[in-house]
This record gives sequence, C-alpha cells and structure tokens, in this order.
Amino acid sequence: MALVGDYLPHAPGFVAAGDRPRIVSERFDHPDSFTLDRYRATGGYEGLHRALRRSPAEVHADVRDSVLLGRGGAGFPAGVKWGFCPPGVWPRYLVVNGDESEPGTYKDRLLMERDPHAIIEGSLIACYAIGLSQCFLYVRGEMALAQERMVAALDEAYRAGLVGRRIGGTDFSVDIVMHWGAGAYIVGEETALIESLEGKRGMPRIKPPYFPAAIGLYGQPTIVNNVETLANLGWLMRNGTEAYLAIGSESSPGTRMVAVSGHVVRPGVYEIVNGTTTFRDLIYGEDMAGGIRDGQRLKAFVPGGGSAPWFVEDQLDLPFEASVVGPAGSMLGSGAVIVMDETTDIPRAALNLARFFAYESCGECTPCREGAPWLVQVLERICDGRGTARDMDLLGEIGESICPGDFPHAASEAKGLTAVPFPFKMTTICFLGPSAYVPVHSAMTLFREEFDVLLRDERELVLEPEPFEGPAGAAAVALGARPAPEAAHG
Amino acid sequence: MTGYFTSDNRRRAVEIVGRYPKPASATIPLLHLAQAQDGWVSEEAMREVAELTGTTPAEVLGSCSFYEMFQREPVGRYLVNICDTLSCALMGSGELLDHAERRLGIGAGSTTPDGLFTLHAAECQAACTEAPCLQVNYRYRYRVTPEDFDELIDDLAAGRLVDEMPDHGVLARVFQTVPADRAVGAVPPGDVEGPPAWMPAEEER
Repeated sequence: MALVGDYLPHAPGFVAAGDRPRIVSERFDHPDSFTLDRYRATGGYEGLHRALRRSPAEVHADVRDSVLLGRGGAGFPAGVKWGFCPPGVWPRYLVVNGDESEPGTYKDRLLMERDPHAIIEGSLIACYAIGLSQCFLYVRGEMALAQERMVAALDEAYRAGLVGRRIGGTDFSVDIVMHWGAGAYIVGEETALIESLEGKRGMPRIKPPYFPAAIGLYGQPTIVNNVETLANLGWLMRNGTEAYLAIGSESSPGTRMVAVSGHVVRPGVYEIVNGTTTFRDLIYGEDMAGGIRDGQRLKAFVPGGGSAPWFVEDQLDLPFEASVVGPAGSMLGSGAVIVMDETTDIPRAALNLARFFAYESCGECTPCREGAPWLVQVLERICDGRGTARDMDLLGEIGESICPGDFPHAASEAKGLTAVPFPFKMTTICFLGPSAYVPVHSAMTLFREEFDVLLRDERELVLEPEPFEGPAGAAAVALGARPAPEAAHG
Repeated sequence: MTGYFTSDNRRRAVEIVGRYPKPASATIPLLHLAQAQDGWVSEEAMREVAELTGTTPAEVLGSCSFYEMFQREPVGRYLVNICDTLSCALMGSGELLDHAERRLGIGAGSTTPDGLFTLHAAECQAACTEAPCLQVNYRYRYRVTPEDFDELIDDLAAGRLVDEMPDHGVLARVFQTVPADRAVGAVPPGDVEGPPAWMPAEEER
C-alpha cells in the first residue's frame, strides 16, 4: 500500500541515548518503523499472540505484577486500574488517551507517528485481558501526521486480521475506532475525554467515582489508558514480566520517555530508565541533554510538565521515582523537563504558564474559571512594573481560593526553604485550576527577589479618576466587561 | 436538512456515525469533516451534523464552540499557529511572533486581506524540544528562524507546498476504512448482554 505521509520526514526530537535499554522506542531507528512489515519483522504482534494463548486473567495478572505505571501524568499502576471494573457489568470500553497537550510533553505524538502498531497491539492486549469490547483511539486534533499514521496502521492491521472479528482465529473480537479531538487541553483529563467522546463539551465529571472504570463512556465501565502505557504491553508480553521488572527500580520499573526542552545543549526526547535515572543524568548527561547551553548556569527546571511545581539545583540528584519526587514537592507528570537558565525572567515564565492554564480552563469550576485569569492579570501588572506588595498577597489569596492550605514546593538551601510535599488540596473538580497556581507559587516562593525588584510603592501609582459616562457606562462596568483570557488567541 | 455535505462526505459521515455505539459520539469527527469541506464550520453544517448524530443544532453548537480548532467564521487558506508556550517562549517565540506580524502585516488573531493567511499565537503544540515551532494547517515547522518564516510564507504564497500542506480544515488525508468482513460492529450499550465471547463466565471480575 502507499504509505501515508511517507514523504514527510519523521518528527525530529527523539535522541537515542547510549546503549540504554529501549522499550517503547525500540523501532525508532528504522525509517519505516510505522509500517506493519517493519513492526512484524521486529517482533511486533508476537506479544498479542502470546497473550491470546493464555487466559485473560493470566494476562491481567502479568500486567499487574509488572507494576506498569500509567504514563499519562497520574502514574497510577495500569494493572490495578484495570481491576476496578465492576464485576458482571457489560459492555466495557477502552479509550486510548492520545490527547497529549501538557506544556513540555510530546512523547505520545512521537509514538503515534513512529510506532502506531505498538499502540494498536497494546490496546488489543488490554481489551483481551479485561473483556473490553470496543476501543476508541482519541488522538489530539492538532496532530495531523499522527492521525494519518494511526489510520494507516489501523487499516493495515484490519486487513491483516489483527483487529476486528475473530482475531488470530480465536473468539477474541474487537473494533478499534479512530477518533480525533479538536483542541482542548482539558480533554486529556480522563473524564473530560469521555465527555468529549460522547460528543459533548469536554468538561471533567464530578468525582467520585474517581475512576471511569466504575462509570465511564455511556455510563459503562471504561478504561482510559495513555498511549505510552499501552505501547509497553507488546514488549511486556513478548519478553515477560521478569525482563520488565529487571529494568528500573522496584516501585517504578521499565523505562519512560522524557522530553527535555528549554535551555539545554541537546534538547530531545529521551527514553530513560525509570526510577534510577536522575534529573542530573538527564539534563547534564553527555549522552543526554548535555548540560546548560552557552555555558550558562541552571536557574530552575520544571520536572513533569507545566502542571508540576518547579525544582532548582538542590533537586538535581533526585531520581525519576514518584515516591521520592512527591515528598520533594513536585510530581513526575507526563515526562517533560523544561530547563530555564540564569537568563530567564522568572516572573514572565510563571506568567507564560499561568496564561496557558487560564486560556485552557474549561469554565466549569468558579475558582479556576475566575481565579486563573485573575492570576494572569495580577502577574501582568507586576511584570509591567505596575504591581505593588499587595499584589503579591493577592496572588497568594487567589491561590488559597483554588488550593486551600499548604501548597507544595521544593526545598532550597540557598533560600532556607524546606520542601512541602505534593499534592495539594483543591476546590476544583480537576487539576487544571491548581495547575494555574503551580508556576506562580513556585516562582514566588523560590525567586521572590525577582518579583520584589518589579514592585512599586503604592503611593507612586497615581490613579486617574474614571470619567463619568452616565448610566450606560455605569451599567457596562457593573456587568463587568471581563477581559478575554488572552486577546491574542483565536 | 440535508444538502450541506457533498455526497462523498455525506456517505463518509454516515459511515463514521455507524462506528459508534451512540451516534452523538460522531459529533466532533463530523464537525471536522465539515471544516475539511469548507475550511470553517457554518450553521448549515452544524444543522446537518445534528441531524446525522441525532442531536439538536444547539447541542452541536455547544460542542463546536468549546473546541478551539473549529472556526465558526471563514479563516485564511493557511492557518499559521506560532507556539507561544514556555518551551518555545524560552527559545524566542516572542521574537518570531513579532516578525510574523510584521511580515504578514497583521496582528495575531487576524487574517491577511487576500484571505491567504490567518496568524495565531497558539498554545503548546507538542514539539517542545524543537522550539520555536509553528504549524501551518497543523503541519509542523521546527526551530523556525525569521528567515525560515519568510521562506515558508513565500513558498505557501507561490503554491509550492500544496502537497504537504492541504487547505485549512483538512487533517488526516486518509479515512479509516474497515473491511465489511472484518468489522465487529458497534452495538448500543443497552443491547449488550453478558461478557464478550472470549471472556470465561467465571471471570466476571
């Protein structure tokens, strides 16, 4: 068949690091890694056929025993999540979460573009293990090439008898439906993803139930798994649980894809060993990002995508291990490290991320819908040199209304700060609201002095009286001509 | 209410609807189909999507207006999205955006008078290590310098990139085709009784 999009070069970005073990990127060096021929020639669909020779319960047990952690952000063990389907309730569905939109993250796009069959194989194994009778592959709307590659791979797999009716001559039958989004960050949240898949506005559902395994798509038990999580399953079935557990640490086995962006010598997506690789290995390693560009020094880094509280030099030697990073005040999120060197304007960096979340707020919960744009307005005022000390308090108060109580942050010896562990309390249905406050709080806590130099004395700010415009003008003010989150966005 | 979609697209739309256990799930894919046909989503299109998905035009508008990619007014033939989120901002997306505004003679959020280009400052586009990046109709350009940008605009204006960058609205240029003899078929959830065939009854965990 004609290979769709084969005249387009692969997305650059992936960097093979030394001779480290590779699971999900094992085929990335082949220019035709996205074809069925290459996939099969490199052990593809062997894992599925091995799974089909065993009972669904045995396959599920293998995945549970492998401690495969979800790679979408929350890091919940996939096998445990699968076990949350209530017994005797049918049908059950699988939704593949390929709506990757977290700032700094783009491993899932690379996987969908370069190894779509691994995602298909993983989805089939999941469906087989827990009796999911239909699978929906939800790909982010803005990823046209990933959509083309996934569609082409699905068409190949259907024709080869690998998807659809009586797979491999067994009783196992499942359709995989290609679905694509239309540009909404919040839809990466699994209950919002399900709403979106039902054709609605992508707003998160109220919890509990905490897992759509209880009540999901069309009210039925539904498993939502991230693309990278599923891409591990073919390898896992082919090589066995023991081989998987031999890589990484006991509580975080295997590998994970991490994008390192920002001010480093060699930005790229690296497949790292989970649990043992440290941030220093990744950022400074000669076979990885190679240190800070232009001989500069590190100022701060985001360890797990835009939603993650920032780290500084003190945390460089921490490993990619949730049980270590959480108490240190942040999270591993979805595999994205954004590095900021000492030239970075910290208040503006915080404003940039806060603006992202304000823009992406779905509008469901008041603290987020109102609070996030308010954070942006106050930060803009400060960055423009019109802020006062009271604005700093105001940022804290807005944050408190989204996340009451102690807010996580990293330790800093230089600043005399001890860590406040992750996570936070929250007044919103999902993590987007708190995420808007994350960069603001990290910046204010770790780099307060960069804000202080921007602040003005209130007495310096002379307020021009508003001209009286009569009842019409007054009405407009009372109704609150609320500024759009960001006029520049369409 | 029929008459919006071309006959090819109408056939495609019916096929897409048939893949879901509930037709309303096809709302977003059909809105994309409409946008691929016209470059934007008109009210007429939304009415027909509602008819095809068994929903109301108001519900379709509700969904359509939630998602950023759907344009409810015509946009340029080429939608240029310059990423402006942190990784790109650290690597100079602000300067690139300024340059783009000057080169195209429009502010971000607007369309050139000839209807060729619409410029947006966009949220993270998932190419963070290749910053600053941009997308033209959701096709990438990486590590874009002002000179690269000028060349890209020249190439697009001269029609040299029509193969790589289809008109606005077209995403994947291939549609999933499920051979009739291979399809399991979508079943409304209420019509399903008991576990699927391969699940042993005693394993109703």
